[in-house]
This record gives sequence, C-alpha cells and structure tokens, in this order.
Amino acid sequence: MGEMRGLEPISSKADVVVIGGGVVGCAIARELSRYRLDVVLLEQAPDVATGTSKANSGILHAGFDCEPGTWKARLNVRGAALYAEIAEGLGIPRREIGSLVVAHSDADLATCESLLARGRENGVAGLEIWGADRLRAHEPSISADVAGALWAPTAAVVCPFLATVGFGENAIRNGAKIHTECGVTGLVTAGGRIVAVETTRGRIEARFVVNAAGVHAADVARLAGDDSFTIHPRRGEYILFDRSTGALARSVLFPTPSKVSKGILVSPTVHGNIFIGPNAADVDELDDVETTAPGLDEIISGARKIVPDLPLQNAITEFAGLRAAAGKDFIIGESPIVKGLVHAAGIQSPGLTSAPAIGEAIAEILADLGLKLTPDPTFVPVNPHRPKFTEQTPVEQMARIAADPLAGRVICRCETITEAEIVAAIRAPCGARTIDGVKRRVRAGAGRCQGGFCGPRVTAILARELGIPVTAVRKETLESWLFYARAGLEIREDIDA
Amino acid sequence: MRDATYDVVTIGGGPAGMAAALAARQAGADRVLIIERDRELGGILQQCIHNGFGLRKFKEELTGPGYADRYIEMVGAAGIDVWLDSTVLAAEAGGRITCVGPTTGLATVEAKAVVHSMGCRERTRGAIRIPGSRPAGVFTAGAAQRMVNMEGYLPGRDVVIIGSGDIGLIMARRMTLEGARVRAVFEIMPYSNGLTRNIVQCLEDFGIPLYLSHCVVAVHGHDRVTGVTVAEVDADLHVKPGTEFDLPCDCVLLSVGLIPENELGRAIGVSTDRITSGAVVDQFRQTSKPGFFAAGNVLHVHDLVDLVSNEAEIAGRSAALFAKGVFGEATHERAVIAGEGLRQVVPQRLSTLEKGKNAIRFFFRSKAPMGPSIIALKTEDGIVWDRKLRVVKPSEMIVADIPVNRFAKASHIEFVLTLDEHPEPLEGAVEEEDA
Repeated sequence: MGEMRGLEPISSKADVVVIGGGVVGCAIARELSRYRLDVVLLEQAPDVATGTSKANSGILHAGFDCEPGTWKARLNVRGAALYAEIAEGLGIPRREIGSLVVAHSDADLATCESLLARGRENGVAGLEIWGADRLRAHEPSISADVAGALWAPTAAVVCPFLATVGFGENAIRNGAKIHTECGVTGLVTAGGRIVAVETTRGRIEARFVVNAAGVHAADVARLAGDDSFTIHPRRGEYILFDRSTGALARSVLFPTPSKVSKGILVSPTVHGNIFIGPNAADVDELDDVETTAPGLDEIISGARKIVPDLPLQNAITEFAGLRAAAGKDFIIGESPIVKGLVHAAGIQSPGLTSAPAIGEAIAEILADLGLKLTPDPTFVPVNPHRPKFTEQTPVEQMARIAADPLAGRVICRCETITEAEIVAAIRAPCGARTIDGVKRRVRAGAGRCQGGFCGPRVTAILARELGIPVTAVRKETLESWLFYARAGLEIREDIDA
Repeated sequence: MRDATYDVVTIGGGPAGMAAALAARQAGADRVLIIERDRELGGILQQCIHNGFGLRKFKEELTGPGYADRYIEMVGAAGIDVWLDSTVLAAEAGGRITCVGPTTGLATVEAKAVVHSMGCRERTRGAIRIPGSRPAGVFTAGAAQRMVNMEGYLPGRDVVIIGSGDIGLIMARRMTLEGARVRAVFEIMPYSNGLTRNIVQCLEDFGIPLYLSHCVVAVHGHDRVTGVTVAEVDADLHVKPGTEFDLPCDCVLLSVGLIPENELGRAIGVSTDRITSGAVVDQFRQTSKPGFFAAGNVLHVHDLVDLVSNEAEIAGRSAALFAKGVFGEATHERAVIAGEGLRQVVPQRLSTLEKGKNAIRFFFRSKAPMGPSIIALKTEDGIVWDRKLRVVKPSEMIVADIPVNRFAKASHIEFVLTLDEHPEPLEGAVEEEDA
C-alpha cells in the first residue's frame, strides 16, 4: 500500500537506551535528560503511548492501598506528589478531584478503616471515613444502599496520553532522542554485561539499557538471556461516556477492593467524560485488546452497584487495555543475570501515578551502577505552553487567528479543536504521526462522533504535514493504513505521464 | 472582532439552512446570513453524488450536488450573506452568535431570529457497543462516502456493512461500483431501516445479501480489519447461541442511525424531544426559546431532502415574521401526542393558530412495520380525521397535511396508527412516500 515515511536515521551509540515509549519509558528518558547523557528511547510503534499507557483508568492514586514498604507504596506517593509539581509545566492535564472507596456493608466499612490506617502509614494526607449521608451529598447519583466511604482528597485524574507525550517531548527538548517504529530484535552482551541493542533499524552501542517494555518486558529480558520474571497480560475493558454525562460522578468512585484488583469503578476523566471499568481477565496474547460482550456486561453490572442509572445510550466508545502483571510488586532494579540491564517491569497499577518517581528511582539505580550523572545546566523542566483554543479569552483567540488563520478553522466540532492545534501537535517534538496520535494529543476525534466528521479532514492534514500520500496515513499501528487509492487512478496518472 | 446585525441567521448551510434563509428573505427579512463551517454550501448533499433528489421539489431527478446547486444559485440571487469556513461556537438566548473562521476571525453576530439547521451526525460503533478489536478499516458510512466521493480514496476493498440505513445501502452500491466486494448488509431488526427503493436499487440489483435479525458480535484484526463474527438474534435482539459465523473482510461500514446535531440547542436549554433527540417545536418550528427555530435533520431525521426543504421554509418564514415582530414567542399551548403505533410526531406542540392558514403538516414515524393501516387524529370529540395507508415502515416518514378546522378548538390532540381491518384495493400509494 502506501510507502513508509522517511524516518530519521537512528543513533549508533548512547549512554542509556530506554526500551519502550509508554509513560514509564518516557518518564525515565525525561528524568535522565536532566544529566549530560546521550539518552535514546526506542518504541516499536509509530507513536508513544500505544500500549497500556493509552488504555487505563487515568487516575493518580492517593496511595492508601499499597502494602507499606513496597516499591508501589513508595513510588505511588512520591509520583502523585511529583505530578502535582510538574504536570502543569509539562502540559499534562490534571484535576485533583479526590477519590471515594464506596462501602455497601459493615464489612466494607471495616476494609475502608484498614485502608485508612494503611494510607496513613504510607504518608497519604487527608484520609477520612465518610458516612452515607455525606457520601450522598457529595455524589447525588450514587446507589441508595451505600453505607459510607473512604475519602482521599489527594487523588486526581490525569490525561495518560499527554502525560506520556509531555514526558517524551520534554526529554527530546533536553537532548534525548525518541526513535519510533524501532523494534528491539536483540540485546548484545559481552562477559555478562550489556554492550549493544539490535533494532529493526540498526545497532546502538550502549552500556546501560532500561527495560520499560510494558507487557513485552519479559520478552525483552529474554533477549539478553534473563528469564528472571514473566509477565501475565491482564485485560481490562472500559466504556467511555459523552461529556454531557459528566455530572454522574464528581470524584473517582471505587468499590471496596478485592484481592486481585481495585475493582470496577465509575470516574470522571480529566476531560470531563465519565468512564466505567475495568474488569480483569487474564489473556494469552500480548496484543489481545479485544472487548467482549460478556466483559462489557460485567463492567456495566459492576458499575451499576455504585451508580445505578448509567446513561448507556450516551456511550461513545469501548476499549480494552492490558496490565503488565508480574507479581505483588513492581520489578525495579538491575537484572540478576545481565549487568547494565535495568528493569522497570511489571508496572501495573499504580504505574501511571508512579511513572515520574520510577524515573527518579531508575536514575539512582544507574548512578549506583556507575553511570555518571552530571546535571546539565541547560535542562529546561517545562514544555512550551500550548493553550487550547477553547480555553482562551476572545482577545487571545483573535490574536491567535490574526497570527495564524488556521487557528480559526474548527476541524473537530465535538471537541472544538482547530486546525492550528492539530498542526502544532504534529510538528511538536514527539509529535503525532497517526490519526490516533492526533486524537490522543488534542482530542480531535475523541468526542461523541468519534471522528465521523473530522476523520477525513485530520487524514488530509496529516498527509500534508508529514509530506506523505493519503494512502500512507495510518490509524495507529505500523500497518494500519486507512485508505486505498481508487481503482483506475493509477491508470489516469500513467496517461498523464 | 467582526460584528454584524441580521434579521435572520441560519446556523448551517445545508439544505435546511439554505431553504430557511430563502424563505426568510421571501417573507420580508432584509438581512439574512447563513453561517456554514464547510468550504462550500450544500452540507451532506455534496457527498451524495447518486441521483433521486428533487423529485418533489423540482419535479426532476437530481444528484445531491445538483440539488444543492439549485439552492446555492437561489441563495446567491436572493441577496443572502454567506460566511463559509465558519464555525458557530455559541448562540446565546437573545440571539448573540459567536463564530470563528480563518477569514472571518472571531465574530459576533446579533440576530433577531435564529434558525438551527445544523443537520445530524452518524451513530458510531461505540454507541452500539460492537465488541472486538479496534483496527483501521471501521468507518461510519457517511465518513466513507465523503472519502470516496469528495476526496477520491477507498476505505476498503472487501466490505461488510452493519445496519441497513440509507447511507449504508447507498455505500453498498457505491463501493461495488468502485470495484470493491460488498459481502453483505447485516441488520439487527427484523426489517430493513432504509427506503424500499434503496433496498431494490442498491442491494438487490447488485446481488448483495441483506441479513435481517443479524448483528456483528466481534470485529477482528490488529492493523486492518481482517473479518467479523456475525450472529442471528432473537425477537428480543439477543444473540442466538450457536448461530455465529465468521466472515473475512478488510472494511466495516456502519449505517446504524443518525442523531440530530443539536448541541447548540441543548447549550441554550431548548426543550428536547427524548425520541427525536431534536428540539420540541410548534407548527412554526419555533423552539421553547423565543426566536430560536429549528428545521431539517437537527430537528428530526428525514428520509427525503425535499421534505427538509419544505420544513425549513416553514422555519425560515416564521423566523422572518418573528424578526419583524409579526408574531412573538411560542405559546406551545397544546401538546401533540404520538399515540398508539407511532414513535414520534413533529411538531410536538401547537401554538396559537395563524389566521388564514388552512392546513398544518405533520410528520410521523411508526413504531414498527405494518401492512395496510389507518392513521387517525383523535380529539376529545373522537376521531376527527383519518387516512388509509397501504404500507407503513419506520424508515419511511408519514407526512400528512391536516385541515385546521378539524382540530382548531380541540384541547386533546393525539394521533394513532392502527391496522386497517378493511383495506381497499388501492391503485398507487396514497401516502406521501417517494416511489
């Protein structure tokens, strides 16, 4: 079909190679870009945030449910604090809306009490037990049979895509390189230590490799002969509702948790939609993100226990993501088998929350392993502010259109996204290369018509900005081309020639 | 910022907006503006390159762009202002409209009356929860139609169509003519949701099978669609276990319904009809917000553009009279009830009747397909009007012009649709559907 976009040549050597362009890999690359290091991040897909980072609950957990003393407990609380500090500067939308663990019985309330005690031990501020009346006053749509709740005011929602992109863009601005469409095919060792990474686009010499490959992390480890852990993909399905349903929940509403998961929740997104999910189903394939009819029924009935009146007619999309389940805790540290190979693996919940703290932890580990971390005085911790058109004042909007007429052309009508915003998302460092990449960055196509109106227009803009034919524009994955040339078109071109 | 004042502004320059603007001019509005977000007028007509338009309005068979061109010429000759490439961000109560465009910049318009003519959008895969993966190759039929007919690209070569709405049927034929293989159309209901003429001309003439009472239970594929799993459903629309079968394809087109694009109406709080998803209007097409009128697919989804034009003429004329102060805000004093057998009726309210008006046109949809039927108007005095219908389908709107003197004084106004126990042999259709 369409020919591939000409990709920039890849680096031949680096101080650190980070494998995986999810939120964890990008946060690590961004943290390492503070120092005078050649940092290269490799991502096999055309864009960052295409695995677990694009299909999760988007919640910055307060940190009350992690077992004290674990990586999860430490990094969750630290990560949540880091987002509060850096999210705005990196262009990561974040809203501190608090979370409620909803209890239906005395037994549930007892669980909430123990979560409260655990949370205090983890250093989570502001936890309270609420009675049913207070809960109902806060959440008018909640089920009539609630007994109370655990309130965690520091819980927040965040845009997981823009978290990944924000870290990735900042890493690039500070000298890191992100090579997309670059799959890792081999890890070269010599004398039990990493010396190079083989990729689909060539070889990169490096003494340190960070494995942040998500559900693929065990496969990556095995490339170096490290079989110290396995990853079990656990699928979670979601239903997303239109923004008009935003009043359904003010805070993140969890059920009282079970042993295996935090359960099926009802929550606002950072953009004001409501979602329900996820369930938890162990699957065999690392790319099995199919939704299923029984799975969707399961999350609907689960969510109804918290909010009985779900506006199912206002569903705008369903999706599934994989959690990279490995064991009780994150796997963070040098491989027990290969020197220089550092894992950031088994990052399931609260992985999104922990990501920036994982970055710090990995930097410390690399320093301990002998990597010299010299602060780069030119490090800029923030990305340029790119305001949304709809959030600007009329005076600002007028000035913006005067400077760039494309700022006056609304491409996505559901979310009111202008052509200038889409162009900027493509041209930015760590820019969009696909339809879904545009959607993740600026929300064109993320609204109620799901790209029915703007899809053809965004396709044309991508083709123009990337300098590729329309037939080479992709939805998401390497070979997800959207359109074919019409039959006979080639013949007419032949005649013209 | 550009500022302007108009008597009547139509939001949307498709068939409804153009007809409303023209009618407003003809009814004496001096300053009329059409605000259109696309690069040309015509709306969805511009991508409907098949014929079948205009049989009533122009007494000839036109293509969609042909029908649009007739109106574009009339709009040009009528001294109506047109802002293209302009998107309305807000239209507040009182008539202050904010819009934005690359050439207009950010502009505010003061309108004495506003016609909502924004059209509709397509229901998506997400809205009907089709499970499976999310590869490239799943499109709504209208988006695919735009790519084929306006941009010149094909969305697939081996196609399955979900839903038998008219756009899906039209696209089944279009994709076939473009050399693609169209495997089948799957409709979850036990009857088709398109016009009979489209079933015949777009499917039967090309040997494309239509499976009724079937739904797609999974979409497969990682990069591109590789196939779908289909199953039969029972009367409650539940999948019959064991009836599943797989069908390879590289493209899935969805034609599963249209939804009025009524966000601007909702934003100012116009009363909305739960069934149509459009505004509640009176016979003048005035909404519950004074000076805001609605017509076309933003009000209720139509089958025939000719009827959109007719309805928009009512709204445009009323808007002009409102702008001139001839009549005021809607009184909406009497409810019109869609009773037994009927899913919806437009208008849903009657305001004070206009002097000298002999008949009012009502639009209906039935709940289910029916054979010979009778549609009747019941008031507190019993049945005061009725008409025989040879056949009824939910997909084909019933249109009736009902003499005002039958219900001028009635307080209860309810329409019912019942089976005709004594059908007469009929020659040709008495109902208003297009042949």
